[in-house]
Amino acid sequence: MSTALVRYDQEKPRGLLGRLRGAMQKWTLSQGGPELEARLARLVAPQNEYGVDPFGLELDFVKTAIAPVLWLYRNYFRVETHGIEHVPAGRVMLIGNHSGQLPIDAAMIAMSLLLEAEPPRVTRAMVEKWAPTLPFVAPFFARIGQVVGTPENCKRLLAAGETIMVFPEGTRGLNKTYDKRYRLQEFGTGFMRLAVETQTPILPVAVIGAEEQAPALFDFKQVAKAIGFPALPITPTLLPLPLPVKYHLWFGEPMRFSGRVDDDDAELARKVAEVKRAIEALLKRGLTARGSIFR
Amino acid sequence: MARDAVLVTGISGNLGRGLARLLHKTDRVIGVDRREFAGAPKDLEVHNLDIRKRKIEDLFRRGDIQAMIHMAIVHDPRLSQEEHHSYNVLGTKAVLEYAAKYGVRKVVVLSSANVYGPQPGNDNFLTEESPLLGSQRFPDIRDLVEVDMYAQQYMWKHPDVETVILRPVHIVGPTVRNAPSTYLRLLRPWTLAGFDPMVQLIHEEDVARALALSLRPGLRGVYNVCGPGELPLSAVLRELGRAPIPIPHLFARPLLDKLFQYRLAGFPSAELDHLQFLCTVDGSRYEREAGFRATFTLRETIRSVLGEVPPRIHVVPEGSQGAA
Repeated sequence: MSTALVRYDQEKPRGLLGRLRGAMQKWTLSQGGPELEARLARLVAPQNEYGVDPFGLELDFVKTAIAPVLWLYRNYFRVETHGIEHVPAGRVMLIGNHSGQLPIDAAMIAMSLLLEAEPPRVTRAMVEKWAPTLPFVAPFFARIGQVVGTPENCKRLLAAGETIMVFPEGTRGLNKTYDKRYRLQEFGTGFMRLAVETQTPILPVAVIGAEEQAPALFDFKQVAKAIGFPALPITPTLLPLPLPVKYHLWFGEPMRFSGRVDDDDAELARKVAEVKRAIEALLKRGLTARGSIFR
Repeated sequence: MARDAVLVTGISGNLGRGLARLLHKTDRVIGVDRREFAGAPKDLEVHNLDIRKRKIEDLFRRGDIQAMIHMAIVHDPRLSQEEHHSYNVLGTKAVLEYAAKYGVRKVVVLSSANVYGPQPGNDNFLTEESPLLGSQRFPDIRDLVEVDMYAQQYMWKHPDVETVILRPVHIVGPTVRNAPSTYLRLLRPWTLAGFDPMVQLIHEEDVARALALSLRPGLRGVYNVCGPGELPLSAVLRELGRAPIPIPHLFARPLLDKLFQYRLAGFPSAELDHLQFLCTVDGSRYEREAGFRATFTLRETIRSVLGEVPPRIHVVPEGSQGAA
């Protein structure tokens, strides 16, 4: 636990990178104060003597990397959570709507679980198989606990009691254009098969605000395909730089599904639709409750 | 004649010698290798033979072999494809066929976790059921995948034989000269800028132990063999005090290909995949079914390439009978 964080401190990279790391950690702690320090100390990851868990998560690096995210969470997007007490202890699958061109929604949900959920935890997002081919992104994701979303990885993490975050819309949701905002795109069904197989509760999450952070007017699908990108959205700022919208995260009640592992797709689709409806209801509630996009 | 001997092919290699020292205390070991076994324990019967030669059948014909450990498999990037194929695939076929013909009850084949191949979409812990895609991006190791597949076929074709296929992760050790060990001995090794995959290493003596364990009666199947754990490549290099040179991956491949061609580098560019993507495996099945545990810690395993971690398998001085 906390001792592991301290022990690894002695072996941190030296030089410029080491100094940067130290400065970032100071920034993290200055923003979060002793309360955050206490929460970080409660994170449990089975670390070896080099400070990493078997999937490559490094708690010390998490402490470093969350500094800017924490700033965005508190000061830029001013994230407000609703119903985070619904997050059950033990393994859970967070299923949410995906939007905003850049996966900032994922970072904000993960941050809320670290800062506000009981017990605090590191959320594992299931990333695209594309991510491990991107220099710097690949090791960054691995060190903060993000894992390629293969069913085998997912099962292994759930068996270890971890918290997993899945966006069943994938890039269909993330990179949709502004006219489709808050309309859930087609859901993949893979997450449901895993939830049934591993008897994992599903927690629906609705993200309000991300849709407006970088409204996309077009998506140059052909060009994206040619350069190997999942999408190429064009926003008013050209690059999908996020506007300072206000984020609301609405957590629903845990949903438990039972069934057989080899149920046919129609049966799974029925259960997936149930989750989709739960998220739609949360979205509706959240949109009605919020006043303005920015405040 | 009693069926009590263990035939070890490729016994003069680093791994083979370690295994011989471990096994000959409890079993009668017959070794086969093209190379000399310098300093072999006195009670060890070693035959200087190429496994593709017909003469090897004589050894089987004697009828005293109860088990065979086949590890005469080469991987030298400078050797031609034909030579690799001939030695590895034809050699394996030959000894496995003789083993079947002369009723050897246990056949162990030393494969490697490299048969899965480093890929961006890999599971973090590949199980034994994962597809063998190693040669997809690295055609030169086609023969190693073929050896593994052939051994699997053999397992199904001969249900009465206890066939064991071991797929250890990167083997390192003080005298090992394979690609990972050689790489870790470089003072300024290349890395690919912006990539830092998790890697798994195993000490050569732990592999020897894993091989010895595979002889346990009743054990049969395909097994990944893991060392003491996994850690980022950068942590391995830091432990060894290396000063890596990060090279953008787009340039690294063509550059290394040229260097390799002019014999300025010892690795073909396909090996760079191991510095970029995951090829880590789940070794829990062997732990569960054979009771295998690596005895060297992570730190000891890494530092073993420097030759500063003392060996643990008792080294028998020449001429002694080697009581354990």
